[in-house]
Amino acid sequence: MTLTAIDWIIMLVYFVFVLGIGFALRRYMKTSTDFFLSGRSIPAWITGLAFISANLGAQEVIGMGASGAKYGIATSHFYWVGAIPAMVFVGVFMMPFYYGSRARSVPEYLKLRFDEKTRGLNAISFAIMTVFSSGISMYAMGLLLQTLLGWDFNFSVLVSAVIVLLYIFLGGLTSAIYNEVLQFFLIVLGFLPLVLLGLKDAGGWSGLQSRLSVVATQNGFGPGAWSESWRFMDNPSANPMGVEWFGMVMGLGFVLSFGYWCTDFLVVQRAMAADSMSAARRTPLIAAVPKMFFPALVILPGMIAIALTYQSGGSGFALPKKPDGAFNYDMAIPMMLGHYFPSGILGIGLTALMASFMSGMAGNVTAFNTVWTYDIYQSYIRRGASDQHYLWMGRMSTVFGIAISVAAAYVATRFNNIMDMLQLVFAFVNAPLFATFLLGMFWKRATGHGAFLGLLSGTIAAAIHHGLTLPLHATPGVKGGWFGAEHIYPSEMAQNFWTAIFAWSTCFVVTILVSLITKPREDKELAGLVYSLTERPKEEHLPWFKRPQILGAIVLLMTLMLNIIFW
Amino acid sequence: MGLDIRLPIGLMFTLFGLLLVIYGAVGDKSIYQRSLGINVNLGWGAVLLVFGVVMLVLGRRGSATAEPADVSLEGQRMMKELAERDLHSQK
Repeated sequence: MTLTAIDWIIMLVYFVFVLGIGFALRRYMKTSTDFFLSGRSIPAWITGLAFISANLGAQEVIGMGASGAKYGIATSHFYWVGAIPAMVFVGVFMMPFYYGSRARSVPEYLKLRFDEKTRGLNAISFAIMTVFSSGISMYAMGLLLQTLLGWDFNFSVLVSAVIVLLYIFLGGLTSAIYNEVLQFFLIVLGFLPLVLLGLKDAGGWSGLQSRLSVVATQNGFGPGAWSESWRFMDNPSANPMGVEWFGMVMGLGFVLSFGYWCTDFLVVQRAMAADSMSAARRTPLIAAVPKMFFPALVILPGMIAIALTYQSGGSGFALPKKPDGAFNYDMAIPMMLGHYFPSGILGIGLTALMASFMSGMAGNVTAFNTVWTYDIYQSYIRRGASDQHYLWMGRMSTVFGIAISVAAAYVATRFNNIMDMLQLVFAFVNAPLFATFLLGMFWKRATGHGAFLGLLSGTIAAAIHHGLTLPLHATPGVKGGWFGAEHIYPSEMAQNFWTAIFAWSTCFVVTILVSLITKPREDKELAGLVYSLTERPKEEHLPWFKRPQILGAIVLLMTLMLNIIFW
Repeated sequence: MGLDIRLPIGLMFTLFGLLLVIYGAVGDKSIYQRSLGINVNLGWGAVLLVFGVVMLVLGRRGSATAEPADVSLEGQRMMKELAERDLHSQK
């Protein structure tokens, strides 16, 4: 793939705007709350779009395209069963506590609700996870640009790191959020023509369906396995994901998605920057509307790519193979960009791809500098310093957070297994979290000791479950089975979902048991932190389209319809 | 916060749209074999241009009439409470 002058100009214009936003916002960063919380002054539609964009990193665009090719339309479950219901839940039920408790971060909420040790555990594990994830995403980008354009790995990593560093250093969270909105539009408008061209090449939706039935039958599944999302979920051997509906709904839908969207500070931070309680609650609900159509943007190209590989279209597109003969699914979207886009729009498409990398990275970095400064530095290292000092620390932690990410990206180039291992550990830490928040917010009897021990035992349960099981055809190691493979799952995905279910249940039960034998806090200390002791936010004065419950119901209804249409 | 984000977004997409439309109109047409014979630069450039102009118009109108967000009562109250709590914790 070669770039011409116009592609370079487009990329340059984008960089100028991204940095320009940072510079324009610099003079508004006067206090630490401006830097970390945007002074709680941003309207809901902006925080809503940033909410999606921060999550729309490299892993999402590349990974969802790859899964679309590998598993077909069933990948949409990550959206229509996973993300959307969780986003409605966090907006309607949980946001009143995050925003109303005056906590400045998710770990700080844990401190207000439970105790110092629960906050410390969450803050430290979260801080480590965010810098490493941003490193992994930088690594993925460097590798991709190297394969695609022949760019030097060092060049891609350093340029993207410096740009993200500059715009966050200058304009803090506001700059990250504003850029995420810009990136959101760029990603949508940059990938949409790709989907349209690909769909045309495959003969429209009906042409795509008939091609996908070839893919399905040649792989030994029923003809609709790639184009019908639910019909093959009754049995793990009937669908390419190797998962049955119960494990999928509970593991992915309930545990993993609720755990991510409801407790991950990376996304919650966007809502916490909103200008009022109702705007904070509307943030995830507004985000849910474009989010439910994202499968068309990121999963559909993967499905088109695999369909055209099995049954060639007019333009001869086919997925590349790896040296071992397996399809290189990760290249589905990048290869389509190179195949269908001529100079000019190619610049837009590549810029959109880079925008998705940067927005994901910036999301991690802003979440890291806030948790580091408020929950670790201010709590354990230097208490009671001036606000200007913490503002300075916010900027410094942006610098060293990015420096650690860059280092992690280089570690990943040398030891790929370490990164797989790390991601596995992150999964163990994340899986039980939602049980802690659910009990914390809706059961006033839950105690700090209960929460802390619940989290720890949930993480350990995840590790034990993973160690006792293996996916089909895998060898013991990172994939599990260190203690001997007591149970074989039909696929890696099924194993992950069940690990999450075990971790969640263990955390839930242990938290309840320990709470019952430890001393609860007084009711008056928990006002604003627990559902039964908190006044409901008043919304009668709002017009119907601004009320979270009504919006939430509309979003769920639309998602249900999508599930039925593509059943 | 001072800057209406619709203005830079509008400006950037207007620029992108103009670049693509001009390139699509005067540039080499043989490159469109890739995109199934469609002049995507001209077509999609027009889409980007319209989007950019709409954002610019909305942004200009919005900044003239909308109440700045940090003037909202709830936002102000919350910031005051945060400041007081910080003061309290420093004692």
